[in-house]
Amino acid sequence: MSLRTSYREALREALREALQRDPRVFLMGEDVGRYGGTYAVSKGLLEEFGEERIRDTPLSELGFVGAGIGAALGGMRPIVEVMTVNFSLLALDPIINTAATLRHMSGGQFSVPLVLRMATGAGRQLAAQHSHSLEGWYTHIPGLKILAPATLEDARGMLWPALQDPDPVLIFEHAQLYNLEGELNQAEPVDISSARVRREGSDLTLIAYGGTLGKALAAAEQLAGEGIAAEVIDLRVLRPLDDATILASLRKTRRVLVVDEGWRSGSLAAEIIARIVEQAFYELDAAPMRVCSAEVPIPYARHLEQAALPQVPAIVAAAHELCG
Amino acid sequence: MSAPVPYPRDFALALLRDMLRIRRLEERAAELYGQGKIRGFLHLYIGEEAVAVGALHALTPDDAVLATYREHGHALIQGVPMTAIMAEMYGKQEGCSRGRGGSMHLFDARTRFFGGNAIVAGGLPLAAGLALAERMQGGTRLAACFFGEGAMAEGAFHEALNLAVLWQLPVLFCCENNLYAMGTALARSQSQTDLCAKAGAYKIATQTVDGMDVVAVHQATCTAVEQVRAGLGPYFLEYQTYRFRAHSMFDPELYRDKAEVEQWKARGPILAYKARLMAEGLLDEAGLAALEAEVEQEVEAAVAYAEAGSPEPLEDLCRDVYTPAPVPTANPEAAP
Repeated sequence: MSLRTSYREALREALREALQRDPRVFLMGEDVGRYGGTYAVSKGLLEEFGEERIRDTPLSELGFVGAGIGAALGGMRPIVEVMTVNFSLLALDPIINTAATLRHMSGGQFSVPLVLRMATGAGRQLAAQHSHSLEGWYTHIPGLKILAPATLEDARGMLWPALQDPDPVLIFEHAQLYNLEGELNQAEPVDISSARVRREGSDLTLIAYGGTLGKALAAAEQLAGEGIAAEVIDLRVLRPLDDATILASLRKTRRVLVVDEGWRSGSLAAEIIARIVEQAFYELDAAPMRVCSAEVPIPYARHLEQAALPQVPAIVAAAHELCG
Repeated sequence: MSAPVPYPRDFALALLRDMLRIRRLEERAAELYGQGKIRGFLHLYIGEEAVAVGALHALTPDDAVLATYREHGHALIQGVPMTAIMAEMYGKQEGCSRGRGGSMHLFDARTRFFGGNAIVAGGLPLAAGLALAERMQGGTRLAACFFGEGAMAEGAFHEALNLAVLWQLPVLFCCENNLYAMGTALARSQSQTDLCAKAGAYKIATQTVDGMDVVAVHQATCTAVEQVRAGLGPYFLEYQTYRFRAHSMFDPELYRDKAEVEQWKARGPILAYKARLMAEGLLDEAGLAALEAEVEQEVEAAVAYAEAGSPEPLEDLCRDVYTPAPVPTANPEAAP
């Protein structure tokens, strides 16, 4: 059975289900309660679950992310919402110096079962302090797990397994996806360990995640009309990376193009290509390519913003170059 | 002349014994550092022992405790065995953090010692979270967080205090004011040097305590703990104390006068309390010698334990970056 829904509603249903199923689960963050969530994800949950479990916080990312870690250590299963990845920089210390290190540094004594949700990405003309895609930075950190739901199924399904995970899990929701609508197969459970092939093809592999998945799929559709069968992989899990799915695909296509809204230098795209080159260099028919954001702070003006981001024509052009 | 020590003899002596345990452990650690047995940073608590001892004896054993990178004393008094602390400083797998943390990162789940923390003020938001979890689960344990006055310049202090008061969380904020943030005097780094006034801006109950007097520390902390447990919200204690040794083993101490150090040493917490116990007839020279011998034995046993310890095998290097549990794959009961 399937249901017409949106990415936002799918996230909300996931929250509602988690709050219903596990009394240890609570949500806290800026404006998650009375306001209903900056992106309206938690709208109505305060009325349903009350102020103890839907907790509006002061503007204190460092404080409430740290408190989330403490609450996780104390036996709860907190879901902490940070409005956007840009604001999460104010909480880098507890995320990286504590959540990510605690288990190893304590000799295995303390796990931190914390789920951190945040919006990422550009496309809404919010300029350089609300638009960056910094999830790639977080993928550098051992001790963290990084998820990027790009579909309704993942928006609906990733939260529960993330809450069952004993370690800190960061979930990046691309801000352009909240209004995504479609049919959601209700019975479909999801894992938080593997990448998925979203479209099969034999001529090249497009690797994307989060906000770039839709663009990669649109590019693949156009390429199909131009005689190129592109396979599209949705990474879903950015750390740890599912090398096996990536390598299996490129052993079939022998060409790979990574689409990443992060900047090129030091990017997740760079890591993926490095792994491919390390593990499958002689199976490639062409040098791997990538389409990333221009190396500028994302500007406000619409034409500049759009020019800074990976777009379908650039993906299509790169694919032709790879297959040429 | 101060009032009589208001405790039965056993407890009065236990306070002295615990201060001596910290003192002798650390004196030995400093020696071992000189011999290259202990490496990394080593921050000694010598001079400040009355704070950890008085304060932790006011708690119950299952309260959560968080401390700083100068935390050997807090770990020890909370119940982490001296053997495991010494082995940790040696970097041995028998250490309380398997040798991964060293002096600054002592951890012990069994005694709810949530760490040493080498990020100044890093423990404060965690304490608020632990207290929140406790209250949401209907428990009565509190979270006691130790930090230096230098931490009060960090945003984490302000954010944690605000949260704890706003949500009326059972947190005991224990500020160990030793006057210097590493080498920077309080007045050179904070506009408001009245720490209770600063904390009080968040509408938290506050109290300044003579941190060189173990009895005063214990009594003030008991009063604070009572209030916190009664559900009256968090409490801020300023313990005025002094670090007799350098900040770490690499500090030439250019920032303070020798005369100032000597003045504080004359008020040393062990010196003063010992004299008081003797004046009151609770302790004599023979009793003191027996106590010292007992502590000495514990320290030597800890050193022997650490010496005999083993390095963690290299194949375990990456163990416990993630929790070794099966990653759940799905939500079998997914509802609409």
